[in-house]
Amino acid sequence: MNDFREFLLFERSRQGKVGCPMPALDVPEVELESSLPEMTRAELDVFPEISEVEVVRHFTRLSQWNFGIDQGMYPLGSCTMKHNPRINEAMAALAGLANAHPLAEDSQVQGCLGVIHELQSYLCEITGLPYCSTQPAAGAHGEFTGILLIKALLDKRGSKRSIVIVPDSAHGTNPATASLCGFDVKEVKSDKHGRVDMEHLASMVNDQTAGMMITNPNTLGIFETNIAEIAEILHAKGALLYMDGANMNALVGKTRPGDMGVDVIHLNLHKTFSTPHGGGGPGSGPICCTEELAPFLPTPRVTKDGNDIYAWSNDFPDSIGKVHGWYGQFGVLVRALTWILTLGKEGLVRHTEHAVLNNNYLRKMLAPHFDIPYPAETLHETVFTDKRQQAHGVSTMDIAKSLLDYGFHPPTVYFPLVVPGALMVEPTETESRGELNRFARALMDISNRAASDPQSVTSAPHTTQIQRADETIAARQPILRWQPKTS
Amino acid sequence: MKYLPLSPKDKTEMLEFVGAKTIDDLFASIPSDLKFRGSLNVPSAYSEMEIREHFENLAGKNKLLAARFLGAGVYAHFYPVIVDALSQRQEFLTSYTPYQPEISQGTLQYLFEFQTMITTLTGLDVSNASMYDGATAAAEAVLMASRLRKRRPRVLLSRALHPNYIKVIETYLSNLELHIQMVGQADGVTNVSELKENLDNDVCAFVVGYPNFNGIVEPLEQISEAVRASGAMTIAVTTEALSLALLKSPGSCNADLSVGEAQSFGNAPQYGGPHLGFFTCLDADKRQMPGRICGQTVDRQGKRAFVLTLNAREQHIRRAKATSNICSNEGLCALRATIYLSAMGKVGLRKLAIANHSKAVYLHKCLGAIDGVTVTNAAFFNEFVVRLPRPAKSVLKGMAEHGVQAGVDLGRFDERRDHEILVAVTELNTRKQLDAYVTALEGLL
Repeated sequence: MNDFREFLLFERSRQGKVGCPMPALDVPEVELESSLPEMTRAELDVFPEISEVEVVRHFTRLSQWNFGIDQGMYPLGSCTMKHNPRINEAMAALAGLANAHPLAEDSQVQGCLGVIHELQSYLCEITGLPYCSTQPAAGAHGEFTGILLIKALLDKRGSKRSIVIVPDSAHGTNPATASLCGFDVKEVKSDKHGRVDMEHLASMVNDQTAGMMITNPNTLGIFETNIAEIAEILHAKGALLYMDGANMNALVGKTRPGDMGVDVIHLNLHKTFSTPHGGGGPGSGPICCTEELAPFLPTPRVTKDGNDIYAWSNDFPDSIGKVHGWYGQFGVLVRALTWILTLGKEGLVRHTEHAVLNNNYLRKMLAPHFDIPYPAETLHETVFTDKRQQAHGVSTMDIAKSLLDYGFHPPTVYFPLVVPGALMVEPTETESRGELNRFARALMDISNRAASDPQSVTSAPHTTQIQRADETIAARQPILRWQPKTS
Repeated sequence: MKYLPLSPKDKTEMLEFVGAKTIDDLFASIPSDLKFRGSLNVPSAYSEMEIREHFENLAGKNKLLAARFLGAGVYAHFYPVIVDALSQRQEFLTSYTPYQPEISQGTLQYLFEFQTMITTLTGLDVSNASMYDGATAAAEAVLMASRLRKRRPRVLLSRALHPNYIKVIETYLSNLELHIQMVGQADGVTNVSELKENLDNDVCAFVVGYPNFNGIVEPLEQISEAVRASGAMTIAVTTEALSLALLKSPGSCNADLSVGEAQSFGNAPQYGGPHLGFFTCLDADKRQMPGRICGQTVDRQGKRAFVLTLNAREQHIRRAKATSNICSNEGLCALRATIYLSAMGKVGLRKLAIANHSKAVYLHKCLGAIDGVTVTNAAFFNEFVVRLPRPAKSVLKGMAEHGVQAGVDLGRFDERRDHEILVAVTELNTRKQLDAYVTALEGLL
């Protein structure tokens, strides 16, 4: 198996093979010279010609070199890799929803508008914030939209402010987003418990502060217990509080950002609400906000009249405008709504509880074997480090690669940046006790081997299709597409 | 709770193991005044049968007419059943961004194949692994041009660019020191002399639709030549990627960036998303690109392997100095496109493009022969503007009664154009539908 190699499509290609014949043309074929004079190209040079059988085998083989959540635990911290139900896929694929065109008249797409309106109302309920936009296409896109709302409100108030505060434990998207919106970024330190350092924060907030972006629970899995006070400090100085909802899986039904003083939050539907990550996307990053920020939400916005008729409205003169070509990732919205309705109000809370229980169970099992840099209680995820294993020359990267040989996807590694050698483990609620036990035993075994036979860990993985790809060569001499060999 | 695998006994024992009396003990770090003690205003759990009923009911409220001629950036195309079958394999569907190359070679290899085919279509050197959609790809392209052409604080946009794309670009630039200036259109095409008058050494880029919003094939070589002479970059924006199988590639017309929407390749209209933004540039500019890029390398045994590369551009490394804040892309939509393009193949895709074009030309000719109807004289791919003797709204309503969704009312984008419709024709529109369209319109006018 190890020596088996799947060629690239272009290497499989042979002239004259066809994968999908189309019907004969039922109108006269045009003379291109007259309809598109000097506007047409030569044939597509680097493009495959293969039969359907080969297409099927090619992609099936490629799939076998991937690891998905259906195969086993995928404890990527902050990514919330939970079960992706197939009923969600089936509902998004219903012909009436899949074939709807975004420029169909509102009267012809009442079903689509109904989906959007219903989902928005539940997301508002879950966040405790009264307004929602489902237009942002992913988490970082939601951040972008939320920070633009804050900017728009400050502009409306005539308040010129240039700084967005971000904790040093934040996701990279937070500072990148603030820059993209034209703000300068200042980092607030974490205190010794892993939470925002309140003294440092209080000293930073002033009349130049536009707002703060905070992840709660933070990327260490620790709840920011001072969140309400943080909101007060900001609000007292005329600044706003943005919450990155990447870790909302720890909170649904237990506490609501709106009640904490959060002004605007994004949710990652591909995390908390189980829509599949698809090897990198599509995601979806709806935002929920206060009434004060609502006039600035992206347009169009869905409205509902007294007769339960839905319509798009552009009648929001203060809106920041459009952030997506259409209405966001509609197909992902269908999947998230399916998830919410399948769980129901009781299920949403039970899921949160199980996510937190699973994490604490795993943490307790692993605590004797792995360093935990911040001892504070964690909710849905825990950050460990390689400190003890480093004594034997075994690093976080080695531990991650070694886990591959046990049939697990590794945790998030080397993040957050405030923790050297971080291993961020988020089991989620959809893992069984048996799977958690197996995962813990694998890590314990790796830790034991790190002491007794470190080379067996540093040489991992041993069972995968490829082993330790050279990322330096990839970046220094980039090969970013296939090209035919020139003789 | 079908998605929760802990038994009641597991739960009790696990709570005991972690030293908690009740589950609430685990939430002790949440201050009690912040705890939500109510009941969420969400219905109780639906069974799978009830879920089906709910969504089939919603889907049934959508009225999809039998013959559909809507385009304007979203196109209904045929795709073979293997696109669904293969892309729904869980190993692709349920995996994350390929951070661990050892167990992500499937995703990485198809991304490399996707990038290769997209560069073939656009005629540029480097493609990324996808963007959210065509409009955000266009906005990111403007930002990239402004990084590559520093101290040039103006960007010119053609008025014949898709209006939604213009809006998204406006939003992206709203707080940056980068100012938008519009270049007018004449007869549905960019006014090139007006463009030339406005090009100076303050301009970082010109953004033009190819084909443009009116479906017309812009004189891209002529435009690029003028833009390049001024030191600015040409950004060609394509909303119907299938057109690139037939038209001269943007790269061969000297565009510097070619971006747009590839939903046409194996992805359903799905009411506007998820779709598939694509993004390509010249080799020299690649380190300013936004988004994930997949590259080829070798593993420690010298075997070919694929990894995400040029990461030093990205938010997780560069944070506030990253080229973009983008993290998630449209991987699964790119997979669908890769499967689709493999099945259509080199010859098939071009034949399909010719079929789309031929059908559009056929309908265009028939509609042009109707009294009172005016059609464009310019060259187009599979979409064109029709000017009606009456307000489009009432005509479209009448056509709908004949089962024909006859096009997009351009009055929705610009009230001065309320007598015009934009008509898109794809392989899904049979000759019977085309002829029925003509008959119905003749009857109405």
